[in-house]
This record gives sequence, structure tokens and C-alpha cells, in this order.
Amino acid sequence: MSTTTEQLFSAGPDGAGEQVLRQRVLVLYLATSALDSSVVGWANYDGTGQTSPTTGDSDEPPYDTGVAALRDGWRLIQASQLIPPYPGHEYDVSFLKHEFLFEKLVNVAG
Amino acid sequence: MPTSTSDGSVPPVAAHPPALAPALGEDMTFQPARDHLLTSVQMAHFVSHGSLIMEAVVPEELNAQAIDVFREGIPPVPYGTSVEDSFPEGSFARRLVEVPRIAGALHSLVGPGPTIDHHAVHLRRPNDGQAQPLHGDAIIDVRLDAFDVQLMYYPQDVTLEMGGTLSVPGSHLRRTNESDTGRYQNLRGQTRLTCPAGTVVLVHHGIWHGGRRNDSDIERFMFKIRFNPTVRQLRLWNTDDIDKPEVSEKLRSRFPWYEHATGRLEIYNRVQMWRALTGDDTFDIDYWSTRVSNRPQRVVATAGR
Repeated sequence: MSTTTEQLFSAGPDGAGEQVLRQRVLVLYLATSALDSSVVGWANYDGTGQTSPTTGDSDEPPYDTGVAALRDGWRLIQASQLIPPYPGHEYDVSFLKHEFLFEKLVNVAG
Repeated sequence: MPTSTSDGSVPPVAAHPPALAPALGEDMTFQPARDHLLTSVQMAHFVSHGSLIMEAVVPEELNAQAIDVFREGIPPVPYGTSVEDSFPEGSFARRLVEVPRIAGALHSLVGPGPTIDHHAVHLRRPNDGQAQPLHGDAIIDVRLDAFDVQLMYYPQDVTLEMGGTLSVPGSHLRRTNESDTGRYQNLRGQTRLTCPAGTVVLVHHGIWHGGRRNDSDIERFMFKIRFNPTVRQLRLWNTDDIDKPEVSEKLRSRFPWYEHATGRLEIYNRVQMWRALTGDDTFDIDYWSTRVSNRPQRVVATAGR
């Protein structure tokens, strides 16, 4: 019988070798819509509680490209869609367009 | 990118031995000395970066009084109050905005007789554990032909650990609303302010910024004043250098956090802003604006007629 993600996340360390998984989330903003383009911005959120990343805490990105994060074990869970500009707003600048969300599941048992 | 007071590509307004301004009389409609006005190159820097840094521009005499004044509080004023009604002659805030080079920069950016939108003393407590999310003040503001200026004054030396203001060069023309940018923790080329006492940063109303977490044992103060222009912001600076190639070079600035494609739109938008500030509707950089507005109307005879 398989174990659901919900069960993995809610399981307590009630036996030897039991996993207690928590999610780390990495958000990378890239220079183009290509996953192997350069990182221009980043954010970290740590579900393990072991670190407290925050605004303005580093001048150096954790990876140079999105693919570099994949090679380090991060799993891509979302990429932003390419949306054409609304008519009349073709020259507007706003949010960063090329946002990629990654996760790592970390065993915090023991 | 090393931590610094600027992105390193543009010289900040040079520090010099500061001096208090003479008494200015009843209002701030005086004309600052020409050598205290900004140059065209500095204005172009403001248009591309959204900020100007004046390191150690405030006299030590004022810096030494500042924190006691801030603890006591500076009375709030209704939105749109004149400078002279907001800050009585001789008051700390009045003397601050009358420092000649500050007065000259403000005149260059917002012109004579600006009004006070609001002002506030910002305090980052020691080891407070919280950073502000990256945000722009007020609400989304799409003006390219007018802008407000926010003065940020730092009366004490600011170290990296004290959580100096985070700001993002070149973010001021982005159409985002207040803290909707809060997910962006760090951007390449961001500025984590460290500065000597007496530094003033003048920012465009749209700049993305936030108070960083104070990891030191020192209270960090910053005094902010937002100015609204009351005149058209047209050639209010020293325009002697308006035709220098350095002007276009500044306006062409790219920043490490720009996406390749959107970075081009930034330059397009700066062209529109520079046209408004100079009254020159033909100004362009690298044909970005001219090319996409070219709709020839001249009709010629064709062979098939």
C-alpha cells in the first residue's frame, strides 16, 4: 500500500527510520523564460524552521541558473506562464515575468 | 555584488564639507545657487536609477541633534502642507531641507514650493528579527511626466548589520502595488545601504525598498519626508550639460536584476520620462521609441497608377 504525501507530512517519528518530511521552497527569477538562463532574483522559505531567510539577506544568488538548482536536487514544481501584454499596455513594466518555484523535501526526524 | 551605497556604476553626488544655509525668509521659493543644482547627468542618473545618494551631506551639528529630536517626535502635518508651514523656521527639519545641496537637489527634482505629502521617523529596533517586505510606498502610481521625491536621512553611521534600507536600482517605473513585491527577497544588484552619518538618499516615489532586519545592538533611525511638486517638472536643474553623451549613457543603464527583454522596455519608458522632463519630444536612445512610433504619412506615386 502506498503512502500519500499528506501521510508523509503528518507522520510523527514513532518508529525507527520513520521520516518526517518538511518542505523547503526556493523561488528563482530568471533572465528569460528558459530554465537554463541566469538567476536575477531569488527567495527561500524553509518549512523545517531551521533557517529564517528574509528580505535583503544576501547579495549573491544560491545558483547561477535554474538548471543549476535542478542539479543540486531541487524539484521544479511551477513555472510562470508566458502571457502576452494587454492591448495598450505593451510597454508597461511590472512584476518579474520568469518565476520558477522549486522544492526540496527534508527529513527532520531525529 | 559588494554591499555599498550605490551599484557602483554611477558616482553618487560627491560629499563635500557641508555648511548650513543662510536664513531663507518666508518660504522655499528661493532659487538655490546654480552650483547646488543637479546636473543633467545627475538627473539622468535619477531617471535611470530612481535615486540619488548624497553621502555625509548633512553637517555634524545637525546629526548630533537628530536622534534626540526624533525621540521627541516631529509633529505630523496635513497632506499637502507647505514646507514653511510644516517645518517652522529654525526647526530641525527646516534646517535639514535647507542644507544648500539638499535644497538644490530638491529644487532640481520637484521645483520651487513643493508641499509635504507626509513625513515620518523610522526606527529599526536592535535585533528585531523582522525585515519589511520589499514594497513601493503609497499605491500604484503610473506617472511618467511627474513624480514625488522621498528624502531619506540617516543621522548615524549605518553598517550592514544595522539593517540599512534595501532598495532596488531601476525599479521605480515598475507598475506594482505597494507590498505585492513582498515575495522578492533578493535581486541581483540590489543596494543594501551602508553609509556615513549625515547621508541623504533621494528616491523616486516608485522605488522598491524596505527596512532590513536589524541584527545589531544599535537602534537605527531614518527620517523620511515625501515631497509633492507644485510646478511642472521641466528643466528645473542646471542644464548646461544637457547635450553631453553621458546623459544618454546614464539613461541607458541596465541592472543585473533586469530580465533581458523587459530591460529594453525600461529604457523605452525612461525615454518618455526624459522627454517630459526636458520638453524635447524628439529625444531618443538607440531608436527604441522612434522605431515603434514611425508611421510615415507621405504618399508617393506608384508605378501601377
